[in-house]
Order: sequence, then structure tokens, then C-alpha cells
Amino acid sequence: MEIVQLTIDNKKVVVEKGTTILEAAKSIGVDIPTLCYMKLHDTNFENKPGGCRVCVVEVEGRRNLAPSCKSTCEEGMKINTHSVRVVNARRTVMELILSDHPFECLVCAKSGDCELQSLAQNLGIREVKYQGEKNKYKSDESPAIIREMEKCIMCRRCETACNDVQTVGVLSAINRGFESVVAPAFEMDLDHSTCTFCGQCVAVCPTGALTERDSSSKVMDAIVDPNKTVIVNTAPAVRAALGEEFGMDAGTLVTGKMVSALRKLGFDHVFDTDFAADLTIMEEGTELLGRLGKHLAGDKDVKLPILTSCCPGWVNFFEHQFPDMLDIPSTAKSPQQMFGAIAKTYFADQLEKKREDVVVVSVMPCLAKKYECSRDEFKVDGDPDVNLSISTRELAQMIRNANLNFEALEDDDFDQPMGESTGAAVIFGTTGGVIEAAVRTAYEVHTKKTLERLDFEELRGMEGIRSATIDFDGLPINIGIAHGLGNARKLLEDIKAGKSEFHAIEIMACPGGCIGGGGQPYHHGDVEILKKRQRAIYEEDKGKILRKSHENPFIQKLYKEFLGEPCGEKSHELLHTHYYDKKKKIEI
Amino acid sequence: MTKVKSLADLRKMKEELANKVQLREKSDSPEKLVQVKVSMATCGIASGAKEIMNHMIDEMDRQAIEALVTQTGCMGFCHAEPTIEVTLPNNEPVVFGHVDSKKADEIITKYIIRGELVDGIIPVNYETVKENKND
Amino acid sequence: MAKFKNHVLVCGGTGCRASQGEEIVQNLNQVIEENGIEQDVQVVRTGCFGFCEKGPVVKMVPDNTFYVQVTPDDATEIVKEHLVKGRKVERLLYTDPETKERVSESKDMGFYKKQIRIALRNCGFINPENIDEYIARDGYAALGKALTEMKPEEVIKEILDSGLRGRGGGGFPTGLKWELTRKVDADQKYVVCNADEGDPGAFMDRSILEGDPHAVLEAMAINGFCTGASIGLIYIRAEYPLAISRLKIAIEQAREYGLLGKDILGTGFDFDVEMRYGAGAFVCGEETSLIHSMEGLRGEPTVKPPFPSESGYKGKPTNVNNVETYANIPVILLEGAKWFSSIGTDKSKGTKVFALAGKVNNVGLIEVPMGTTLREVIFDIGGGIKDGKGFKAVQTGGPSGGCLTEKHLDIPIDYDNLLACGSMMGSGGMIVMDEDDCMVSMAKFYLDFTVEESCGKCAPCRIGNKRLYEMLDKITEGKGTDEDLGHLRNLSNVIKDTSLCGLGQTSPNPVLSTMENFWDEYVAHVKDDKCPAGQCKSLMQYVIVEDKCVGCTLCSRVCPVDCIVGDKKAPHVITQDICIKCGACYDKCKFGAISIQ
Ligand SMILES: Cc1cc2nc3c(=O)[nH]c(=O)nc-3n(C[C@H](O)[C@H](O)[C@H](O)COP(=O)(O)O)c2cc1C
Ligand code: SF4
Ligand code: SF4
Ligand code: SF4
Ligand code: SF4
Ligand code: SF4
Ligand code: SF4
Ligand code: FES
Ligand code: FES
Repeated sequence: MEIVQLTIDNKKVVVEKGTTILEAAKSIGVDIPTLCYMKLHDTNFENKPGGCRVCVVEVEGRRNLAPSCKSTCEEGMKINTHSVRVVNARRTVMELILSDHPFECLVCAKSGDCELQSLAQNLGIREVKYQGEKNKYKSDESPAIIREMEKCIMCRRCETACNDVQTVGVLSAINRGFESVVAPAFEMDLDHSTCTFCGQCVAVCPTGALTERDSSSKVMDAIVDPNKTVIVNTAPAVRAALGEEFGMDAGTLVTGKMVSALRKLGFDHVFDTDFAADLTIMEEGTELLGRLGKHLAGDKDVKLPILTSCCPGWVNFFEHQFPDMLDIPSTAKSPQQMFGAIAKTYFADQLEKKREDVVVVSVMPCLAKKYECSRDEFKVDGDPDVNLSISTRELAQMIRNANLNFEALEDDDFDQPMGESTGAAVIFGTTGGVIEAAVRTAYEVHTKKTLERLDFEELRGMEGIRSATIDFDGLPINIGIAHGLGNARKLLEDIKAGKSEFHAIEIMACPGGCIGGGGQPYHHGDVEILKKRQRAIYEEDKGKILRKSHENPFIQKLYKEFLGEPCGEKSHELLHTHYYDKKKKIEI
Repeated sequence: MTKVKSLADLRKMKEELANKVQLREKSDSPEKLVQVKVSMATCGIASGAKEIMNHMIDEMDRQAIEALVTQTGCMGFCHAEPTIEVTLPNNEPVVFGHVDSKKADEIITKYIIRGELVDGIIPVNYETVKENKND
Repeated sequence: MAKFKNHVLVCGGTGCRASQGEEIVQNLNQVIEENGIEQDVQVVRTGCFGFCEKGPVVKMVPDNTFYVQVTPDDATEIVKEHLVKGRKVERLLYTDPETKERVSESKDMGFYKKQIRIALRNCGFINPENIDEYIARDGYAALGKALTEMKPEEVIKEILDSGLRGRGGGGFPTGLKWELTRKVDADQKYVVCNADEGDPGAFMDRSILEGDPHAVLEAMAINGFCTGASIGLIYIRAEYPLAISRLKIAIEQAREYGLLGKDILGTGFDFDVEMRYGAGAFVCGEETSLIHSMEGLRGEPTVKPPFPSESGYKGKPTNVNNVETYANIPVILLEGAKWFSSIGTDKSKGTKVFALAGKVNNVGLIEVPMGTTLREVIFDIGGGIKDGKGFKAVQTGGPSGGCLTEKHLDIPIDYDNLLACGSMMGSGGMIVMDEDDCMVSMAKFYLDFTVEESCGKCAPCRIGNKRLYEMLDKITEGKGTDEDLGHLRNLSNVIKDTSLCGLGQTSPNPVLSTMENFWDEYVAHVKDDKCPAGQCKSLMQYVIVEDKCVGCTLCSRVCPVDCIVGDKKAPHVITQDICIKCGACYDKCKFGAISIQ
């Protein structure tokens, strides 16, 4: 390792060659402000266009100021991070950015969580000396994401997320100079683009330029409507992150408080999406074993590997990008949609309610689910199986609106029957979890033996693409895992080229899986937050008595009373779906 | 078209092609060359100046004399047409009258090559050669 | 083979073609044939002579008569008089603006007197569409010499020793850049020719490509040999159709002769050239931006390092040089570094091509030795200020250069001197301003350009330049405040200090240099609500001077808004609040009775 020595603010620093000035300063406790820069360590997200110029520092002997996020340390450098020249430049640049920004903090969805706002505070900007014309752009409201480009500061993080990480390529800078903005090609709406609504652009946007479409007031409307029975269900990743919205440490599990809050908010039934996740495993696992069996029996037409289909961001992705491979993914619906389908049939029947009078609300870490629940195939006579899907952040907002002191809430339990779940369902919230859950069930169903070891460490982690071979009692099953759509694309290209050795692949659109979803509390570039959420999820799994989906007694009951057998006729009607070639739909 | 296969090839080619631009190159630095001006006004053309000009060009080319042959308007010596004016490097111009091809050869071998004088020199000072007299 | 006794060089550059150069060639050939002298006379379509404003230009060889502003109808006279009878067509000769005398040869014209043509050596001399003429002028001899008789290191040393610096604006030592690219290990390297030429006033690169395309191809091949690149890319703006077509012809011909392609001159060296087209954004001339644009990405720069020589096109080491830089290379190898470095100043060697424009008598493309003074350029070559007006300033370095004044006139022009006085070499634009030009408006005019051309990537340039423009606009409207002047200066400095690429790092130069040199004018606009040059419409009035007005009523008749009143033979008066400041009365008044205040 080659090292270089330099001084920053008169302090000697020794760093590895290639370290940026920003990192070197950080190592000695000097936090140079940044705005456009963002790096999610251990993932492939790195955005450093060097565009905002807020991070500039003075390097002795250099003509102009250096962007510390983009400049590497050189031997003997003398750096000043807060000279008069630097501070004046930094503040002036900040004032420039603010001079083309709407002053709408009071009514902005991002307020309090906005990096621009907090930087303005940190720099103590009290007046914007440079005033002039401000940009106006047309606003874009898709079912999942709202773009208010007046608030865009051209940090290009969303572009990096969409292009480099997700390889969807919807967002790119358009126009030039003062009018430049990030937008889909020809400034079309996201809805008309190939956007997957994964929400990763929203997850990294420092400002209120990209936010989710907020449905929380519609949820409140339903709750106060005396004619409606409102059922809520919460996805596994929500409980591992919701606490952050109330100042709790990342990775604090708040399942009980969350249930308690939901009940206080007035939901009639507080259920768990995990219940539906167990159901998903039953269906997906059976489908896997079915295809595998046919394959082993010599059927050449059977499609392997089977790909998971519980992530709607990923479903949108392959519908747009790989329309010729629509028969490879499992046909099982996502847990959200399975939940809705059962809630509006089996459970509505139990309540003796018409499905129109039942409102299903799901709380998701996800923005793609907002889009998913609006898809026509998930409606019966125009009535959606899931009426409203809100994000973790929207739930937090509702809790605040209800004046609840979240931290002080007593723990509470989900209602039955659709509140019961196993550890297998909980780990749906992280990358690798779905396939681990599927293995737990498929193994026992296939081998008819009890699985000794439940923790498949080889399937866990944060690597973008992982693989492992699991021994199904003599039958080696090759498993692949990808999170982030760019990684998914690689595995898909392999399949297309006939190079894939996998039998089953789990794909999650968001880096880290749902713990890193577009609807989660903002991580602001701190990957440790994702890792802590991940740990919390595995912890919850460990704490469960039942850790295999097929052991869920209410699932067993559901099959016995209502569905029949996994992948049977009724299941097919309610729990499976089909995919569309969306390439044809794109209008330019 | 043939390929140029080596530097030697290229150099040979350059030699062969040189005449394409030679005239332009010469005209850019005429003072280093033998300059011959052939009077080509109506009277000159009638008295065979054009043939003389061609003859001079071909002949000097054959003898590898670096020369620049230009035509000019009437020099004012109509009685002695065709006339030519020869300027050797670093010398005053000299005008010859009644030039025919024999005389031209003589001018080349004697005056241009050896610097000896030839009969038929018209004693003038240089002034007369200025073209604007034509107006 | 017939030996032509006359060559008629007809400028085939863009400027002259626009004014019917093609028809001139056609007509000349026709009349030549009619007169039966086609054996003796060759009409050659050349590149630009640099004197485009007086184009179309026709030069007669061997007597070097230089005809200007020739029309197709003049062909007959040129043939019958000049070629047949040897009589010059007087009326087509250039008239010296000072002496009013007609000048017959270009070497006697002020415009050409101080010029030395190295980069432009073949422009206006050879037929750029004929490789034979290039070879006849020692074309490809430098490449042959390099490939056959020299090692890459030796060639680089020669370029280093010559002192040649990049002509694209930065002035980086060319030899050093080649050396850097050479040193990087890679399976593939690229050589790029930057022919984006984004400076709106400059056209030397276009002229070189139109007039001498092979010189650039040859130099690129030499560069490839030195750096280890086998592919050359020419990035050229699509608005240069003629240059593109000449380049294509040249590439084709060079390939046919085996001077591009595999195993060049039997030395085993492979090199070929491809074209890439730009949409004409100014910032796409910046090398990293140019590379992104070639890769099909948005044309915006990235922070350097890494420099293209380490990681450029497709991530491979890429040597980017400017057209004019390339045009110097073959001559340096043939004539030697010593010869080249004998021209110019201590740190800037050789010549520089400038596009001289604005309020001078002779505008056009000129090539002068480094170290020539602005005075020589403006007054000797440029023939002084038009209409006998006074010199006020000269903007060098294009839209983001600086504005120099009287006191800079005797400074020898080179990279370092220009930088030292707050301007820069840039690509060689040079715009002369006279006493009627308002310096605040001038700064605003250039800012308008940079605001348009900013790529928008970095905040200071994207927003800062816009704010500068708005402030300048305010000042020219007479609404500026003292505070604005302070803000203007601070913002200019910060934009320079923090912008990502050369565009933003230099775009405030016009503001800073005019504030430095014409501070009084700024103050006059802000404090006295006056535009000293009388150019800012909001700050000026047309006023009829009572003493001078004879009451001819001419002004009141031309005024489009009828705001001039007065009886016949009595002094007239302009009603100021109706006047739209069109200037019609001012232009019409024969008695100079209308003044600008
Ligand atoms: C905004 C901007 C515009 C530029 N435009 C051009 C251009 O049009 N042509 C050019 O050759 N170089 C241009 N350059 C300089 C190039 O970045 C680069 O330095 C040059 O092509 C290198 O060649 P040279 O070393 O031969 O000059 C520009 C630089 C900047 C910052
Ligand atoms: S984006 Fe941030 S700074 Fe802008 S209005 Fe919203 S909270 Fe305020
Ligand atoms: S939601 Fe995902 S796919 Fe859509 S624009 Fe954002 S990052 Fe791209
Ligand atoms: S939309 Fe947000 S993330 Fe994208 S460039 Fe603008 S501010 Fe950055
Ligand atoms: S990974 Fe999870 S949060 Fe992200 S799109 Fe898929 S389901 Fe939604
Ligand atoms: S300085 Fe201007 S042109 Fe250069 S990167 Fe920044 S915005 Fe783009
Ligand atoms: S400037 Fe135009 S509008 Fe004003 S008085 Fe003269 S002619 Fe009339
Ligand atoms: S954080 Fe470094 S330029 Fe934006
Ligand atoms: S284009 Fe003819 S002289 Fe420039």
C-alpha cells in the first residue's frame, strides 16, 4: 500500500494513495460539506459528478479551488478547508443554488430531511444576495413518484441510481446551462417511460425534487368513513426502519409499537404482510419444485432457472427490458397482492362484507407497490385488491399527525388470522431472504425430511450478486441472488445467452432488498443504516418460534378451508398473475 | 491507384509531382530564380510571342534551369516584338527584342547560363516594364 | 504532360464559396476553353486565403496578382485581359484603405506583410482535394521520415524542443502531452483531433481543414506513431460541411495511397482515421466533454484528473490536440525544432493564427509570429480602426477571454503575456472595438454567449453566469446599484475559482477585465445613469442641438413614431417619452444636429 502525507487545516494526515481530500479530512474529524457527492459503500452506488462545488477547498499552489470529493491527496499537499476564500466561495455557490430554488420549506415533503435545507443552515445562510430568474418545469405525477424539478439541484444522484445502479436509464440530464434538469427523455412523464418505480432515485435525492405520491390523506379518509372496514398490513422491512423516523437508532425493531400505532390510527384490522409472504413461499416454492421435477424428469421445455416475482420493481423491469423472457419468472403474485386477494375474498367473506366496503391499505418500504396496486389485473370489477399503498415515511407522518409519542407506545400484537407469520416471511425484507425462505420450505417438501440448519449464511450479505449451492439431500440446487436491477440484468443476460447454471434466482430491485426500498426513511448515503436494518430482520427471524412458511398454522388453515393445495386451481385464480410486454407500450 | 510503399517511393513521387505546384512555389520567391517575362500583348501574340514562351519554358525545363516564365502586357517596344525581359538573380532586368526560337536558345545558353551578353538588347531602364502603362 | 504556364488559384474556402466561388471557377474554365488556352492555364480550387471579407479571392500565378471581390461575371475579363493579353484587371485589385492605391500582389498588402504562414502554409496554395499537390509540397514526407528514420522518442523530443504549445487554447506543451500518452500502458490508444471550434468568431480550424486536410491527417498519424495509437478520430462540428467533405476526400485518397491504413510506407505501422460529428456545443470543444460526446453521452466535462492521456475515449489513453496544433507538426519535423523555436517569444514558439474581426479595416484570418504586438496586428495588418474612429479595446481569446486596452497594445502576444494581463490566447479570436462600443454591453454580450453554452453541470457556471448576466443587464438598463458592482466582482471571482471546467473558469473574464480597465464606465452607468459610449438604449437620448438644427424637417419625416416636432426652418425638438431610440433621425440629419446624450 502506497501512502501519502499531507496537511489539512495545519494537521498532518497520512492516507492511502488514491484517497480523496474529502475522505482524508473526514479521517481527522474535518467534515467538509458536500451536496452532490454520495457513496453507498459496499454497493455499486457512487455519485461524484463534482457538480455542486460546495465541497471546494484551497490547495496551496493551485490556481483555483479544488472539489474535495473529486480530488485525490498528493504528497505534501497543504490544504485549507475553511480559509476566507473557501468559505466565501462555498457560501456564494450555496447562495447561487438557493437563488434558483423555490423557498417552500414550510410546505415541502422533504422539509426536515432535506440535505439542501440543512446545508443552508449549517452554512448559516441568512440572505441570498444573488437573485434572478428561477426555472419553471412541468410537474410530473406518476402513480408512485412526483417530480418537482424546481427543487432539483442537479446533483445527478438520481441519474446514477437509475442508470448506473439500476441500468434502467430513464433519467438523464436534459437541456443545457441554466435550464438543465434531470428528466426522462423528451421530458415525458415517468409513467410513460420505462421507469420501474423502484424509487431508488427518490431514495437518494437530497431535496424534495423527487418524492413519493402521498396517499396518507386518502387512508385517513377511508378510516373515518363509517361504511368502510379498513384493513392494514405492513411489510417486513417497515418494522426495521420505522423507528428511525422517530429518532431511534437504525436497526431498532419496532414491530410492537408499530402495531400499536396502527391500531390507534383507527385501522379496523392490523395485519402483517408477512402472512402473505408465507403464502408466497407456499406458491413459489411449489412452483419451483414443480419445474424442477419436470426438469429432472427430462422435460426439455421447462423453464429454469425460476425467478422470484415478489418485487414489483423487478417485475416492471423485466416487462420493459426482457419481454421475451416473460415465462421465466414465477407467476406468483407479490405478498402485497396476495394479501389483498385473500383479504377481499376469504377475509371479507368472514366479515360478511362486500369487497367494495373493505379497504385494504398496505404499508410498504416500496414505491413500486403504489404502482402495482393500481394495475388492472389486480382489480375485480374496478375494485382493487389493495386500495392504497403507503410508504414507511407516510406512515410515520400519519403517526406524527395523530400526536402519538411513538417511542412511548406499548407493544401490541397483530390481529388474527392474517397477522400470523413465520421467520421465513420476515426475512423477505432483505436481499437473500426470499430465496432462503423458499429453500427452508422447498427442502422439507422435496426431501420430506426436517431441515436441521435454518440459517443459510451463504445466502446472506450485501454482495450485489451472490450464489450458493444447497444440497437437497443429494440433489444440488444452484441458487443465485441479485439485488439492484443492474445486477439482475447481468444474471438475465446470462440466462438469455444460455450460460446460467442456476435453478432459482432471487431478484430484488433495491440495493439491499426492501430494507433499502424507495419508501424507507432516507439513509443519506450511510450504508451502515441498511446493514443495521438487515441485522434487525435476521434477529426477528431468529426470535420466532416458527421459521418455515409451511409451518404457519393459519396458512395451513387457509389452504384447508379455502385454497385447496398450493398452485391448485383456486390459488391460480387468486395468487398468480401474468406479465405483459411493456416494450410495446412505451410512447415517445 | 498504386500504393506508396516506402519513404523512397514517396520521395520519388514527390519529385515527379513537384511540377504540379512548382510554378506557385517559384512565384512566391521569384528573386531566387531566373525570371523571364514574355510580352504577350496583341502585338506580341501576333508576332509569335506565345510560341517563344512555350519554347523558353520547354527548353529551360529540359536543361533543368530554375526559371519562372511569365507573360506580361505590352512593354512598349512594339517595333521589336516579340520582346522578352530576363532577370537573373541579383541582376538588373535585361530586355531582348526580335526574339525567335534561335535567339531564344542563344539567350538561354549565353546569357542565362553563362551570363554573357547577346545581340538584340534593348537599352532601357527598368521603368518601362511597369504594367500600369497599359491603361 | 501539358505544362501549365498559368495557374489561377480560386479560393474554395467557405467564405468565398458562399459568395459564388464555384460559379467563378466554372466561368473561368468556360472562358479559358473558349479562348483555346486550356493547355496553358490551370484553374485550381484552393483553401482560404484568410482575406474572406474581400472574397471571393482569385490569385494569378506566376505573377501573383491578387484579385479581390471577384464575381462570376469577371471571369471573361480575367481570362481575356490577364491570361491572354497579360494585362491586369485593375478594378479587381485590392485598394489600400490608407493610401487609396491599388495593390497588385498580396505580399505588398498590409494585411499580408507581417504574416508568416506555417499552419496555413498550404491554404490558398494547393488544391486540398488533390493529394498529389500535397505530396508535391513535401506532404507525408514528415510521416515518412518519422516512420522510417526516427524512433517515437526522437520525434517527441523534436516536438518538445520545438516549443510547440497547444493551439486549442490551453497552451499545453504538445510534446509533453504526447510523452504522457506514450507512457501509459494500454492495449488500445486513441489520437483525437479537436475540430469543434466552438468560439463563434474563430474559423482557423475550419480553414485549415478546408485548405490543407492532409496536413492534419499526416500529423495525426505521426502522433499515433509516437503515442502508440492506431486509430485517429476527428471530432468536427456538423456545421462544417465543406471541411467534412474535404476531410473525407483526403482520408479516401490517403488510404488509396497507403498513407493511412495498414503497414504505412512498408514500416509495419498501422493507422487509420475516422470522423465523429458534433452538434456544435461550445463546451464540446473541451476535451473531456468532447470525448463523452464521441461516446454518445451528454456533452459535459468531467473533473481532471484523470486526463484523457490516462483515461479518455472508452477509458483508453487518448491524445487530444487541436487542428492548428496538428498543422504545425509536419513542418517542424521537416524543418527542425531549431528552426521552429527561432520564431516567437521565449516561452511561446512559432506562429499563431488569429481571426481578426470587429472594427478594423481588414478583417480576416492571419498568421503571425508569437510576439507580434497587438498594435501591429490591429494597425498594420488590420489597417487600423474603421471609419477613422478611435481604438478602444480588443477582446482576445474568444467569448471568455479578456478585454485589453491601449496600454496593452505594445505587449508581445504570447500565452503568458495575455494571461498576465487578464486575458488569454484561447483559440485565437480577436475582436476590435472602437470608441462607440460600450464595455458593459460588451461584457453582457459575452456573458449571454456563455450562459447559452454552459453545459449546466456545475452550479457556479450554471447559475452564476446567469446571475452575472442579469446583473449586467440591470446595469445597462440603468437600474444597477453600487451593491451590484460589488456582487459582480465577487461572483465573477467565485465562478472562476469554483467552476468545473475551463468554460466557467474563464467565463467571467470579460466582466473582470472590463471592470479592471473601464471601471469608470461601470460607475457612469450605475451612478450617473449614463452610458459613455451611448450604446445602452435605456441610458441615452437623442437630442436635437438647437444651434445646429436648421429646421429642414427631414428628421420629423423619418421618425416612425412621429415624436419630432418643430416648424419649418425652426429648430426641432424630440419628445423623449415617445422616442423609441431607433436612431433613424440621427442617421438622416445632414447637419449633425442630432446628438446622443
Ligand atoms: C469550454 C472549452 C472549449 C474548448 N473548445 C475547444 C475547441 O473548440 N477546439 C479546441 O481545439 N480546443 C478547445 N478547448 C481546449 C481543449 O479542451 C483541449 O485543451 C485542446 O483540444 C487540446 O489540444 P491542444 O493541446 O492541441 O490545444 C476548449 C476548452 C474549453 C474549456
Ligand atoms: S427541497 Fe429542501 S430546501 Fe427545497 S423547499 Fe424542500 S425542504 Fe426546502
Ligand atoms: S424509480 Fe427507479 S427506474 Fe424509475 S426513475 Fe427512479 S431509479 Fe429509475
Ligand atoms: S432530482 Fe434530486 S437527485 Fe436528481 S439531480 Fe435533482 S436534486 Fe439530484
Ligand atoms: S426491493 Fe422491495 S422495496 Fe424495492 S422495489 Fe422491490 S419490493 Fe419494493
Ligand atoms: S464550468 Fe460550465 S460548462 Fe464547465 S462543467 Fe461547469 S457548467 Fe459545464
Ligand atoms: S430616435 Fe427614432 S423614434 Fe427617436 S426621435 Fe429619432 S427617429 Fe424618432
Ligand atoms: S460534493 Fe464535491 S462537488 Fe458536490
Ligand atoms: S474563404 Fe476565401 S479567403 Fe477565406
